[in-house]
Amino acid sequence: MTEGVFDRAYDDPVRVLDEDGTVVGDVPDLGEEELVGIYRDMRLARHFDGRAVSLQRQGRMGTYPPLSGQEGAQVGSAAALAGNDWIVPSYREHGAAFVRGLPPEKTLLYWMGHGDGARPPDDVNVFPIAVPIASQVPHAVGGAWASKLRGDDDVFVCYFGDGATSEGDFHEGCNFAGVFDTPTVFFCNNNQWAISVPRERQTRSATLAGKAEAYGFDGVQVDGMDPLATYKVTKAAVEKARDPSESRLRPTLIEAVQYRFGAHTTADDPTVYRDDDEVERWRRKDPIPRLERYLRSEGVLDDERVDRIEAEVETRVADAIEAAESVPRPDPRALFEHAYAELPPELEAQYAEAETLREKAGDAAFLGE
Amino acid sequence: MSDTQNLTLVQAVRDGLHTELREDEDVVVMGQDVGRNGGVFRATEGLYDEFGGDRVVDTPLAESAIVGCAVGMAAMGMRPVPEIQFSGFMYPGYDQIVSHMARFRARSRGRFSLPMTLRAPYGGGIRAPEHHSESKEAFYAHEAGLKVVIPSTPRDTKGLLAASIRDPDPVIFLEPKLIYRAFREEVPEEPYTVPIGEAATRREGDDVAVFTYGAMTRPTLEAAETLAEEGIECEVLDLRTISPLDREAIVDAFEHTGRAAVVHEAPRTGGLAGEITAILQEEALLYQEAPIERITGFDVPYPLYALEDYYLPSATRIEEGIRAAAEYEP
Repeated sequence: MTEGVFDRAYDDPVRVLDEDGTVVGDVPDLGEEELVGIYRDMRLARHFDGRAVSLQRQGRMGTYPPLSGQEGAQVGSAAALAGNDWIVPSYREHGAAFVRGLPPEKTLLYWMGHGDGARPPDDVNVFPIAVPIASQVPHAVGGAWASKLRGDDDVFVCYFGDGATSEGDFHEGCNFAGVFDTPTVFFCNNNQWAISVPRERQTRSATLAGKAEAYGFDGVQVDGMDPLATYKVTKAAVEKARDPSESRLRPTLIEAVQYRFGAHTTADDPTVYRDDDEVERWRRKDPIPRLERYLRSEGVLDDERVDRIEAEVETRVADAIEAAESVPRPDPRALFEHAYAELPPELEAQYAEAETLREKAGDAAFLGE
Repeated sequence: MSDTQNLTLVQAVRDGLHTELREDEDVVVMGQDVGRNGGVFRATEGLYDEFGGDRVVDTPLAESAIVGCAVGMAAMGMRPVPEIQFSGFMYPGYDQIVSHMARFRARSRGRFSLPMTLRAPYGGGIRAPEHHSESKEAFYAHEAGLKVVIPSTPRDTKGLLAASIRDPDPVIFLEPKLIYRAFREEVPEEPYTVPIGEAATRREGDDVAVFTYGAMTRPTLEAAETLAEEGIECEVLDLRTISPLDREAIVDAFEHTGRAAVVHEAPRTGGLAGEITAILQEEALLYQEAPIERITGFDVPYPLYALEDYYLPSATRIEEGIRAAAEYEP
């Protein structure tokens, strides 16, 4: 599998399904349940996304970064990981995080401004969301480096966007990964736009995958809206990271070419900087109907099963919203917790000062209620 | 009593790293030239030969990745000790320090802890090229989630370094390179820690409390001896940790003197002297008998070295400042 994936030109993307769901490349070896799982998780991410945008519009949630259009890259790649592998996300990888076991209510809580939403459960191998662009790249290298030094075989998959490839941390992280041959997969969600700046403004490099050349490891482009292709490429990269051959370094840079259908965040208006025609062109590549058509043609999905998945996904998201909205506002004590392992005396004093006034003035004085 | 070695401050850094590398296999030393070369100041001399290139790691020249990779390693439970070769080059890693190193525990609500110690030589007085002499410790003291440690003696250096490396929280460990080789002290061979957050009284006196740290401790003590000949007795407190500050020791020293001076080589505005003054105002106002003197670097870019002796607080400037605090009459 490795050879076919990596031995190709940087601008020759790995593809499995075309826009109509017709097979155009080698289909990865996946069982029926796994295939349906990828379909279901994409539906979950899409439905979650729509509800999250709507919660923001209704004033029930703060600014939120939509992922619609990017499910194929997120779900396909995350599905290729083994149990102990880690993902190191930016702020848009909700779909990948769900695949790794992050409960959707955590993601909602985070964007609702609750600190607890930023704490992945202890058995979920997901790093906290990183907002400063590309700053998580060195973390994924350091984590993978620790895994290698300790003789573990955990692989770290780092997600970031096309804009991140212009940042110093992208370069420094990739460079370290090459030098120390860390088991890191750099997964670039090239969605064509860094807010309003198009991919062409980020670099004169013909592809982002080709930047791997500078670090001495493999770079590969994949149709990021083809979930079977992103699965296949990530699987090969993870296997190589875990069990490298003599001729190739462990790290891989994957450029998943895709499009964000929506805004950068709910605070952004993309009509200012891009045409509807362009959006429509990319919508025809939508990963969800594409996989659905393929699975129907294979007899894996039918109307009944699709309806069941739809109902299941809707229930799950509705439950997550209810769970997130029923979490009470955290106690102000939470401001001070976790700044340090043990609260220093000065912070105890600051907390006591805040509490004294809160008791005197009441919560309403602070919350404007 | 255990065996001791007569070490300089930089040798104590090296001895402290050696001890922690030996005691805990999760400790990794990493940075530019720390391996084969043994560090540009010899702070890691011989460690590469003893512990190998996986634990004493020569990295590419990239401060952000040095800090950022250490963040990832520490999140996985290792205890990395990254070195930035001079504190003047910490700024490319500054985003990693403030956006991640300082707040990884808080932003994951305690899921991840970063037991990492970022070392850097800092401060002036060694006739170094531009960007090699600054004292920017206030940046890091301002950042919640970090601890900031600055030793001034070889014995403290080894003990504070061990305490920093073993601490569950990230520590910025700034080494006053002016006194790397200024004097020697008996340093225990066995492992020991000096607690983070505790100041040390270097000299007792009832007239003026003088707060200082790092390389300024020596000229401050020198000034105190000169002033003693004039009948002014200083209590000199070496803070050792500037975040968290030992507020209790600071206030105690002030309560029996009523007069104070703060000495640091960092610029005045926004510096630690202002913070210490504020603590004294808040907690011991009625003991105060004179304005608190700030004897500091000037609010100018650090000069090329022909003028650094005028920039840095010297024993002469320190004496003059303390004298003003001692002699003030309303």
